[in-house]
Amino acid sequence: MRWDRTLTVARIDLSRLFKSKDYWIPMGVLAAVFFVILPFGLLTVVTSTTSSDLVNKIGEVLQTLPGPVQDNVVGETPAARGAYMLSVYLLAPVAIVVPLTISSAVGAHAIVGERERGTGEFLAHSPLTVREIFIGKMLASLVPGFIATAVGFTIYSLLVNLKVGPLVGGWFFPTTGWWILIVWVVPPFIAVALSVILWVSAKVRSTAAAQQAATLVSLPVIMAAYGVSSGLLINPVVAGFAVGVVAWVLAAGGLISGSRSLNRESLLGLGGD
Amino acid sequence: MPDAIEFSHVTRRFGDITAVDDLTLTVPEGSITVLLGPNGAGKTTTVRLTTGALGSDEGSIRVLGLDPRSSGDEVRARTAVVPPKPALYDQLTGWENLAFTADIFGAPHDTIRPAAERFGIDHALQLNVGGYSTGMRTRLALARAVLHDPQVLLLDEPTAGLDPESARAVLNLIRELAGRGRTIVLCTHLLHEAEGVADQVVLMGAGQARIVGSQTDLADRFVTNPAVILDAEDRTALAALEDHADVVSAEWNGSVHVRLTHLDRLPDLVAELVGNGARITRVEPDNPTLETLYFEMQRSLREAS
Repeated sequence: MRWDRTLTVARIDLSRLFKSKDYWIPMGVLAAVFFVILPFGLLTVVTSTTSSDLVNKIGEVLQTLPGPVQDNVVGETPAARGAYMLSVYLLAPVAIVVPLTISSAVGAHAIVGERERGTGEFLAHSPLTVREIFIGKMLASLVPGFIATAVGFTIYSLLVNLKVGPLVGGWFFPTTGWWILIVWVVPPFIAVALSVILWVSAKVRSTAAAQQAATLVSLPVIMAAYGVSSGLLINPVVAGFAVGVVAWVLAAGGLISGSRSLNRESLLGLGGD
Repeated sequence: MPDAIEFSHVTRRFGDITAVDDLTLTVPEGSITVLLGPNGAGKTTTVRLTTGALGSDEGSIRVLGLDPRSSGDEVRARTAVVPPKPALYDQLTGWENLAFTADIFGAPHDTIRPAAERFGIDHALQLNVGGYSTGMRTRLALARAVLHDPQVLLLDEPTAGLDPESARAVLNLIRELAGRGRTIVLCTHLLHEAEGVADQVVLMGAGQARIVGSQTDLADRFVTNPAVILDAEDRTALAALEDHADVVSAEWNGSVHVRLTHLDRLPDLVAELVGNGARITRVEPDNPTLETLYFEMQRSLREAS
């Protein structure tokens, strides 16, 4: 496999993607909602509330959290502790939902889209190996999700530090658990989902079918990621590392088996189910 | 001359359909071969088998001495295919489409502009291909096909839907590349466009090469009565041709297209017309067109079956 050609496939897909406003504007809005608008709204309500009812309810929620989490929650007042809890624990799954959704949308039509446009014929007659095509498409699907995560995570960090930091004694975010989540756990989770979605994209006959299948595939992955990302923040170092190792192994396996699912006949539109 | 492409008893099936059936065919290096045949004759599958984009179920294929199944990447690096639809990325500019191809075929980027200029598409390289006309798209696809200077060029219905200028660009490309020793395979329905370019004509049907030969050979085999075009100042003087013993048929189409029993009867026939007072202005051979040959070959096959 030649990496220069693999990166060319990825680069050309990304060029097409970033020229397509129909794609990146909705995805930008999605990232903005989950990383900025939703947290900003919730944190504003929690940090500025004068309602004794709401403050009491936050206190009750804090009491239901596991012991280790309660020990880690910082803040003198129920509102400060509530805002800290919201920032660090409740919004963590956002970090996986957004990139997964964005990358799935790209991956779903990565291969079937080539067939629909007729460009699959060109790729089938090119000297590119099917593995170069598959991995190039996978990289092109991963990058938008990672960019959204990196940008969204940076903005989210600024937001919570500016909103909640003054209430809990200074800037506190990202915590160790969030670093592990973003750097070690989120990438392989996206890769696992994408390897399945690209496999589906190589098999189905239309983009619409690929999108349906991608939704079915990504939902359980999102659910799993939701649980894992919430849980590992409680015990970030050991659990996060272990979950990351498992996810990376699954991602490698998915990549290998996914790349075997693609062949030139499917690029020509002859091998679909 | 060695063969650039060799098919030996190649069969390829799609489920119950046999697209290529025991096909044996050779394409000499540096030649132009035209594949003719109706839809479903197996032309596109033959192109796809040649590059290894499809594998065969039976038989063996050699392209430039290589097996496309085991050395497909090398075969594809030395060949180019122009498919019926240009297969371009609409969101990208013409330049980006060509640069992509150059990068995956290992061609330098300084080949891009000359290739585009060759097909008169250089003025639109910075525009998105989505805004191109059908002719512009085909010209870009042709420029893309020659970027890496392929040894074998496979054109699958490249002139379908093209304006005359673009169609001529295709035929000029074919002649130019063949002149430089490249091997060309052209699949087409548009027989008049392939007229005179083929070193070898292959009539395909039901996945087989039914008839193979040069246009001259095929004319000798399938057009038994030689034809000439005659004209005279006063055409009524040619009316006697219709009942002449040496004339099989005479069609009036501006001038007169005459089918003779034998070509060596022509001098006597002309002398007789002149003797009868006709002032002859035109006598020239009426070589059978590829279209005529095509239908003659099809008729011959029908009669044989």
